[in-house]
Amino acid sequence: MKYYKTSLLQLIGPLLALLLSFLIGGIFIFFVGRDPILVYERFFSQTLGNAYGMSQVLFKATPLMFTGLCVALSFRAGLFNIGAEGQLIIGTFLTAWVGFTFNSLPALVLIPFCLIAGILGGAFWGAIPGVLKAKFGAHEVINTIMMNFIAAALVSYLVINVYAVPATIHTPQISPASELPRLDFLVDSLRGSPANVSVFLALTASIFCYYFLWKTRWGYELRALGLSRSASEYAGINIGQRTIMTLALSGGIAGLVGSNFVMGYKHYFELGFSEGIGYIGIAVALLAKNHPLGIILTAVFFGILEYGTLTIGTFVPKELSNILQAIVILFVLITSKLINWWIRQLQALTAIGNVHA
Amino acid sequence: MLESVFSIAFFVQSLRISLPYALPALGATFSERSGVINIALEGIMLISAFATTVGTYYSNEPFMGILIGALAGMLTALLHGIISVTFKADQIVSGIAINVLAIGLTKFSCQLIFHSSSNSARIVGLEQWKFLPNIPILDNPFIVGTIILFLMLQVVLFKTTFGLRLRAVGEHPEAADTAGVNVKRMRHLGVLISGALAGLGGAWLAIDQHSFTDGMTAGRGFIALAAMIIGKWTPYGAAGACLLFGFAESLSIQLQSTSHAVQFIQMIPYVLTMIVLAGFIGRATPPAADGIPYEKE
Repeated sequence: MKYYKTSLLQLIGPLLALLLSFLIGGIFIFFVGRDPILVYERFFSQTLGNAYGMSQVLFKATPLMFTGLCVALSFRAGLFNIGAEGQLIIGTFLTAWVGFTFNSLPALVLIPFCLIAGILGGAFWGAIPGVLKAKFGAHEVINTIMMNFIAAALVSYLVINVYAVPATIHTPQISPASELPRLDFLVDSLRGSPANVSVFLALTASIFCYYFLWKTRWGYELRALGLSRSASEYAGINIGQRTIMTLALSGGIAGLVGSNFVMGYKHYFELGFSEGIGYIGIAVALLAKNHPLGIILTAVFFGILEYGTLTIGTFVPKELSNILQAIVILFVLITSKLINWWIRQLQALTAIGNVHA
Repeated sequence: MLESVFSIAFFVQSLRISLPYALPALGATFSERSGVINIALEGIMLISAFATTVGTYYSNEPFMGILIGALAGMLTALLHGIISVTFKADQIVSGIAINVLAIGLTKFSCQLIFHSSSNSARIVGLEQWKFLPNIPILDNPFIVGTIILFLMLQVVLFKTTFGLRLRAVGEHPEAADTAGVNVKRMRHLGVLISGALAGLGGAWLAIDQHSFTDGMTAGRGFIALAAMIIGKWTPYGAAGACLLFGFAESLSIQLQSTSHAVQFIQMIPYVLTMIVLAGFIGRATPPAADGIPYEKE
């Protein structure tokens, strides 16, 4: 069977999963005593029916693009990075810290400075499990989980005991020079929407990752590592160094989340702002089969889920979004297994056919 | 300060704090010994804590609530088992999805039943159980039960045929399969046991607090994983690690009035796990087939 055909067949899995999750979501809505069709109609018209809704979706999708890319990049190198949550917390805090500490700098200097601080913070937090894996063979899954909790505790200390504005759990405001403009300067009807130009940064990051993975030598080595560690070692790739580099790069991308939340929206760092977007990034990457450009689509899909459930919040508890997210992931896992099995059966059948012909 | 640390009250407090770590850690040990990584413990505990609250609320009988909590834990674990053992899908992704599901499902249901997504109504606790002697530690059926479970399950894991088979499918499933052990069934059992135990951990949280609050497990399922690793995948080792965590947390509560750096004490379990994993304190070797689905030839 030709490759393009099987890869098309593999798309059926995620699509089927989406369909099934909306079906089950409908059952939940029915259970609450509402009409699923009416609720879904509102859900889609409020998210995709007008520019304001779409901009809200993009706002929700932006951090998911960063965390999705973070997970996918590691995955391509055969590393399971569950640490996007911790990496983005550290990066975002540093973005805010630079923003409110160096408040005399002009925008032209301060904005890149804030972004670089975010990247470096996330990269540092990602590099630690990378070093532990490269030097001691410690498994990155457990270490990245542990680093998430250490990050949360560390930032909680820094905010509450050092930087917090009294009686709040957030830092002071960042300098106006470090703020990113909102999208309402482009389209007037977007007034009040938190969508900001960081979405373009996320899109650029997706294209950068695509280019990096398929057009550069480092990216090639990274993918080789993911396909076979032993083969890449024979080919002369420095596995330890590439492991550290990959996790650092992943973390750096997650560290850009602050561009959306801090620089584009709230203008300060707040404890608990992330609400698990690091973990949802795993779902975003999984649904996109770890393809950087696919992640743009899947992040938007999860953005629709998040904002859509907010718009129907008066009819159905907004926690429906978590339930739908989880169901999508679980169904993707199952359907992709089933479809792979089905493809193998088909291939076996055509192989038998070829022998007989 | 010192006398308050060496008091019985302090010791009892440490034990009480380590309970919701110890029960899921014991469960994690059984799941991973059978070859299935169970990151879903956090979600399992959350769902069980909610199920316990609902069960106790309607029956007004904590024992009933705890039973329902344990069953809910097993049911959630079954989902993890079906995905990772039956369908051989990625165990870590499945675990994360179940954790997300648990957050959503508990808040959603809490809103429907108690008309608030963050708090349940108050439920009765263990005060009703007055048949135990009025001596510290012994008067708490949960502490007594957990100690008995640890003593029992250490023996089950290392001295019984069942334990041998469970460990065999986690170390070398091909060999176990050849010897006639049903790998899938043993792994399902390992995951179910972890669900029941994590479920009891969640039940204790709800019963101890007399209510359900959203996200009340607060990462305990992950600390349980840490304890399992520090305890080198043995029940007694996990118990030791949990007691250490309980002691540290107890200490941090005592220190809260004098120090502002409690967050650094909160980091201890996580940092310790990373140090142990890096091999600085003996070797930490997971079961050989841990996390790898078994593909029959």
